[in-house]
Amino acid sequence: MKKGNRVAMLGAITLALTAAPAIAETHNIAAGADAQEKLQEAMILAEPGDEIVLAEGTYALTDGLSLDVDNVTVRGAGADKTILDFANQQGSGEGLLVTSDNVVLRDFTVRDSKGDGIKSKGADNIVYYRLTVEWSGGPKETNGAYGIYPVESENVLVDATTVTGASDAGIYVGQSRNIIVRNNHVTYNVAGIEIENSFNADVYGNLTENNTGGILVFDLPNLPQQGGHDVRIFGNTLRDNNTPNFAPEGNIVASVPAGSGVMIMANRDVEVFGNVFEDHGTANVIIVGYQQPFEDDNYQPLANRIRVGNNSHGKAGYKPGFPEGALLAAAMGGSLPPIIWDGTGEGVVSKDSAPALSLNLSKPDQSLTEAQPAMADFGDANADMTVPAVVMPEAMEAIVKR
Amino acid sequence: MIRAFLAVSALLLVGAFAPAALAPVQDAAITEKGFPKKLSDYGFFAVLPEQVPADGVQPYVLNAALFSDKAEKRRFMYVPAGQEVSFASRDGLLQLPVGSALIKTFGYENEAGVFEPIETRLLLHRANGWLALPYIWDEDGQDATLKVTGGRLEIEAPVGPDGARQMFTYSVPNKNQCKGCHALGGEVTPIGPKLRNLNNGASDSSNQIIAWREAGILPNRFPDHPIMPRFDTKDAPIGERARAYLDINCAHCHNRQGPASNSGLYLTYQESNDTALGLYKRPVAAGRGSGNREFAIHPGQPEASIMLYRMDSTDPGIAMPELGRSLIDDQGVALVREWIASLEGQSDDKKDSL
Repeated sequence: MKKGNRVAMLGAITLALTAAPAIAETHNIAAGADAQEKLQEAMILAEPGDEIVLAEGTYALTDGLSLDVDNVTVRGAGADKTILDFANQQGSGEGLLVTSDNVVLRDFTVRDSKGDGIKSKGADNIVYYRLTVEWSGGPKETNGAYGIYPVESENVLVDATTVTGASDAGIYVGQSRNIIVRNNHVTYNVAGIEIENSFNADVYGNLTENNTGGILVFDLPNLPQQGGHDVRIFGNTLRDNNTPNFAPEGNIVASVPAGSGVMIMANRDVEVFGNVFEDHGTANVIIVGYQQPFEDDNYQPLANRIRVGNNSHGKAGYKPGFPEGALLAAAMGGSLPPIIWDGTGEGVVSKDSAPALSLNLSKPDQSLTEAQPAMADFGDANADMTVPAVVMPEAMEAIVKR
Repeated sequence: MIRAFLAVSALLLVGAFAPAALAPVQDAAITEKGFPKKLSDYGFFAVLPEQVPADGVQPYVLNAALFSDKAEKRRFMYVPAGQEVSFASRDGLLQLPVGSALIKTFGYENEAGVFEPIETRLLLHRANGWLALPYIWDEDGQDATLKVTGGRLEIEAPVGPDGARQMFTYSVPNKNQCKGCHALGGEVTPIGPKLRNLNNGASDSSNQIIAWREAGILPNRFPDHPIMPRFDTKDAPIGERARAYLDINCAHCHNRQGPASNSGLYLTYQESNDTALGLYKRPVAAGRGSGNREFAIHPGQPEASIMLYRMDSTDPGIAMPELGRSLIDDQGVALVREWIASLEGQSDDKKDSL
């Protein structure tokens, strides 16, 4: 070995590159010392139509992986059998990054990534199916932010995944459109599921338990896509989302009170129906405007046309997790009603049998000390559910039916 | 005997006098399908180990350069004969014709004070767009070999305080990670050779723009672009130097068409919106990268600014940029700290919230 800068080379391999065949190929990868290179190599050299098959085993990975080839499937032997372990990750902001279209990720686990678990950006028609993303040390501020993180994409299907320990949101769909998040189990995240600055999302059949907040529908200013709208949250079970908020301060979810079921902020045309709520210290449903100062003429900070109906409400409001909450609860006879609305925005209506509290604020950022809490009276307001169902391209649905 | 003598003379000539004519750039290696295995396959260099460029390969320097773990970088541009370069109107990025290549060799001085290359990254302009390929230098230092998966190298280099040699892990990006910085609107694109970053302001041929124009590489049009100041001098106000630093180190991702477009944080030199630039901007998806701080830039309060927290870390879940850096750029951190401290802050406005 020559003297000089170079002391040792860690794991880079020389490739003999040949022209890829025109037919779809299967790249079989096994766990082992060279798994990092073999897997990353497959993700670089794959041709559209190829499948990357990960054999059963635990893959000790030292760097983030990235896929930038369209129409590729990455398939493990099962989320409990194929484990991508990023405990010794040295670089990249996520375990796996996808930046190409028509990608299917299925049947494997991403564990202990340093940043986000799996991120897909500008990746249309993406399917996340039967995956697990987890931080194994339980809920900690030092865990990665998002477990499953599609952003700036059209047609996003997240189905039958399990996400645990995210210090922001377990499943976070941002600045996207046409989204289905269903049949997932999200637990011990700050937010179980978050739909942010997104259009047309159906969130159903999920079990969200032991998060700080169960399901969030947010819209934030100063972003390329804003004006979130047309979101349906239905048929979910949300229970005991009372884990103390462990998000780093500054992050918007750090303001989510522990004990929140569904929280809607600054969106329009959001429907919450047919869900089962059990045991939330703050409230089962929270509807508010955006409370921070902002400079953005194009931003609409109110929650408008939010319709709530036909939900089942277990106990709620016994331990409000926000400033002034205890005082407010005392004034209401010891606990808060299961539904809380800040009183701003138009067309907010609940037809649930459970009572709703309005804080009767005049604007979202008004101090709670000026609130005039009273039971909300929605009167004869129309609570018909009119947001259309989200439909995925048939080819994407066919993947999860196989 | 005489024949042998002549052959030796010819070899000496190759090294000493006439490398270009005998080592032409292999245009087909740039433009044809496939990935040449060796750096030498391209013929960019007359003397490869010493990085002596072949005819038509132009070395260049940037006013403001990306921090790459204190590596010394040697940059070269190749434009095929008879082809013309034009300018991107918006920010003066050189538009190089198909068949062009950008060549950047990263390395460090060895103990003898001699530059020793570690890797050479190529950007090849093919008919279907730019292709980024990383080549890692062979152990004998004579050539470099394609490694699409990149790699980590345990090296000893002068990266410590005051240039002290120390061991660290140098990361060669894989082919996809090249795109992590070079993607603009989803397409791979060069970053560095922008007019404002190439123009040193001189009115003679010590200005490489003028030299290239005289050499017929650039057209005679000379668009009027602001000159990006050098941030390693004190020749420009702190704000301009900090903005130049952010432009070259961050704005390839943090712009409206870049990989960080969803962040709403845009750090190009020409950005004029204070919120987009980070002032009082709350994080969107920073995760633990926010470091319990409220704003990307808290004017007047560097220690309360997320930007500085992320620049000052090597933890992959926190560090920015996400790629291409294993060390902290102490000088860059100091520069941005000084700039943020110089910004005038508003009074705090705390509010109760749900």
